[in-house]
Amino acid sequence: MSFYGIVDGSESSLKHFLAQLPGVDQVGAEARAAMLATRSIKTSSKRWAIDTAISMVDLTTLEGADTAGKVRALCSKAVRPDPTDSTVPSVGAVCVYNDMVAIARTHLDSIGGEHVPVAAVSTAFPSGRASMEVKIQDTQDAIDSGAAEIDMVIDRGAFLSGQFGLVFDEIVKIREVCGDRAHLKVIFETGELVTYDNVRKASYLAMLAGADFIKTSTGKVAPAATPPVVLVMLEAVRDFYSMTNHRIGVKPAGGIRNTKDAIKQLVLVNETAGPEWLTPELFRIGASALLNDLLMQRMKMDDGYYASPNYVTID
Amino acid sequence: MTFEYAPAPESRSIVDIKAKYGHFIDGKFVAGKNHFATINPATEEVLSQIALGGASDVDKAVAAAQKAYTRTWSKLSGKERGKYLYRIARILQERAREFAVLETLDNGKPIRETRDIDIPLVAAHFFYHAGWADKLDYAGLGKSPQPHGVAGQIIPWNFPLLMLAWKVAPALATGNTVVLKPAETTSLTALLFAQVCQEAELPDGVVNIVTGDGRTGSAIVNHPGIHKIAFTGSTEVGKKIARAIAGTEKKATLELGGKGANVVFDDAPIDEAVEGIVNGIFFNQGHVCCAGSRLILQEGIADEFIEKLKVRMAKIRVGDPLDKNTDLGAINSREQLLKIQELAGVGDSEGAERWSPACTLSDKGFWFAPTIFTGVTQAHRIAREEIFGPILSILTFRTPQEAIEKANNTPFGLSAGVWSEKGSRILWATQQLRAGVVWANTFNKFDPASPFGGYKESGWGREGGKHGLSAYLKEGK
Repeated sequence: MSFYGIVDGSESSLKHFLAQLPGVDQVGAEARAAMLATRSIKTSSKRWAIDTAISMVDLTTLEGADTAGKVRALCSKAVRPDPTDSTVPSVGAVCVYNDMVAIARTHLDSIGGEHVPVAAVSTAFPSGRASMEVKIQDTQDAIDSGAAEIDMVIDRGAFLSGQFGLVFDEIVKIREVCGDRAHLKVIFETGELVTYDNVRKASYLAMLAGADFIKTSTGKVAPAATPPVVLVMLEAVRDFYSMTNHRIGVKPAGGIRNTKDAIKQLVLVNETAGPEWLTPELFRIGASALLNDLLMQRMKMDDGYYASPNYVTID
Repeated sequence: MTFEYAPAPESRSIVDIKAKYGHFIDGKFVAGKNHFATINPATEEVLSQIALGGASDVDKAVAAAQKAYTRTWSKLSGKERGKYLYRIARILQERAREFAVLETLDNGKPIRETRDIDIPLVAAHFFYHAGWADKLDYAGLGKSPQPHGVAGQIIPWNFPLLMLAWKVAPALATGNTVVLKPAETTSLTALLFAQVCQEAELPDGVVNIVTGDGRTGSAIVNHPGIHKIAFTGSTEVGKKIARAIAGTEKKATLELGGKGANVVFDDAPIDEAVEGIVNGIFFNQGHVCCAGSRLILQEGIADEFIEKLKVRMAKIRVGDPLDKNTDLGAINSREQLLKIQELAGVGDSEGAERWSPACTLSDKGFWFAPTIFTGVTQAHRIAREEIFGPILSILTFRTPQEAIEKANNTPFGLSAGVWSEKGSRILWATQQLRAGVVWANTFNKFDPASPFGGYKESGWGREGGKHGLSAYLKEGK
């Protein structure tokens, strides 16, 4: 087998490819991300950024305490984030645990939210500690229930012990299960990979194995989607595009809680991967609390003052 | 989709520019003569009229500095001098935004740089030297090292207030008094600093500021009441100063030109190296004596690297220096723009290949797009002469030895950069490079604790750190 004509999937070909990637200088990457964080986004561009960010939110609930009622409420919000303002776009997707997929899909369809996909966290999320058979079954179950997007976790233990082939094979197998029915997002849990070099290697490993998206974190481990981590991943998709002509998406998740953070992410996209990535097809933000702040900032731009938090709906 | 950044200009309402300025002598603003205009290089708008200091102004300033030295400043303990420096540093921090806006207006550099780099570093220099004032016995210069007396300080237009801080802070900490001349195109922040001296109740005559041009500078250099010269500027003027003070008792430090080499090995962290090259040459429009104006690239990665550099350069935002999103501002003066244009023309005629990203430049003011020249060799003038503008000359090498030979093959020796993920290679290269500052996997990092200065025609002496103190002190017993 050949993956983009770059590796054959064997342990040795992967090791060889990943070893020749240039390193990431930590100080330099952090300085670049910090510099881009100083961009001042005002007036019309802020308005555009807020609406774009809303359309990119993967509105997420991943709690042990999730119930059908909670998920249905989330779905309603995903379709019409502001019930009083129909000009607010729907979010990018609803992201739930596998057993909630059918409930979410049914409810979305019943309220005119056919255009909002359901994303499921599969492969023994968040730890990924299960046998391959279980991970495949888990994924199949989510797709059969109506998930159009699968957010899988990699085996961080295997990655950190240098078993790149094992990580790669798992992604390839889940990719096969997804087939044409679901988009595949591959979660690295960058807070556990720790170094930017590892983030870069994991990015290429996932892209070569067939990921549609690369995603920073589960939201269960901190630090998560820090600007330098996202910077390194955006560099990877940019360079992968120039190698293969394929555009892979990026999804930061975890720690992006307010409009300022979200706009910083959009600036990173714009000045690293480029404006082609500024679409929900290629950039998503995994978040829950973020949406309400985006809505409040949007209201403030219209009204000129901050409304009480009671004017935005809780999930 | 396109993400256009709407204009985000910093308000200029915070600054109050007078129609006309005189000099600051003996703690007072005094009238001057023969005024000339200082303009905003981004718009050519006249900001104010600056006095051209003559011999009599310099005489008065030196007399005031001499008096302040003998009667007040040399009598104060280090601890007391330190208090004044701390006070100045705090006022500079309080008025940081005012200084940043004024510097951007007068110089043309982006507000992002004045706000995040220039002004914070200015305050840091005063804080750092305030700490030294009562510890000079421990500077490695023997017991009770003594000041020279009156320091004549002549500073350039590229970092107007920062160069003032580099000069004034160590002079005052060590007990010298000062006659300072800012560059003729960028006097405004020095004059605002004079207000800070008043606000800090610095004793009269400790800091004197005489504005003017080269003739004023020459009057300072040749004045018999000056004991020490500190100059930052061109190598050409530095040589004139060296000739003028030859045979006198005057001490001097000279921070002169450079043609810094950034050496990128094939095992470099490529994305951060691209970033460092951009920072090295396009920071402050390339008006940086230690700019990384030569990129020396290992041949095996040259094509890929240059492609990435071009992609990155296309993201450089050129425009209104007061806009918070501007990366590259205006060239400081028409004269400098003409010099840059001339040398770029030389690059073309010598057969190097010029490239700039598409960018719209304003008709008003002085602008030059970020530019690279590829196919440059050691024999090109653009590889040898300091351009002092946003122009990068790209050369290649095959072996590490060749890289070092090329980097060192220049009459200058101010700065250099090494890019490699291999520690042993970095250590080896930094030992071979003949430059006062060598950065590894970064560039243009400044800190008041770190000495700065040049080899060869890049200057004499060091500024900053413990080394910088020795320029202002006579060794004690």
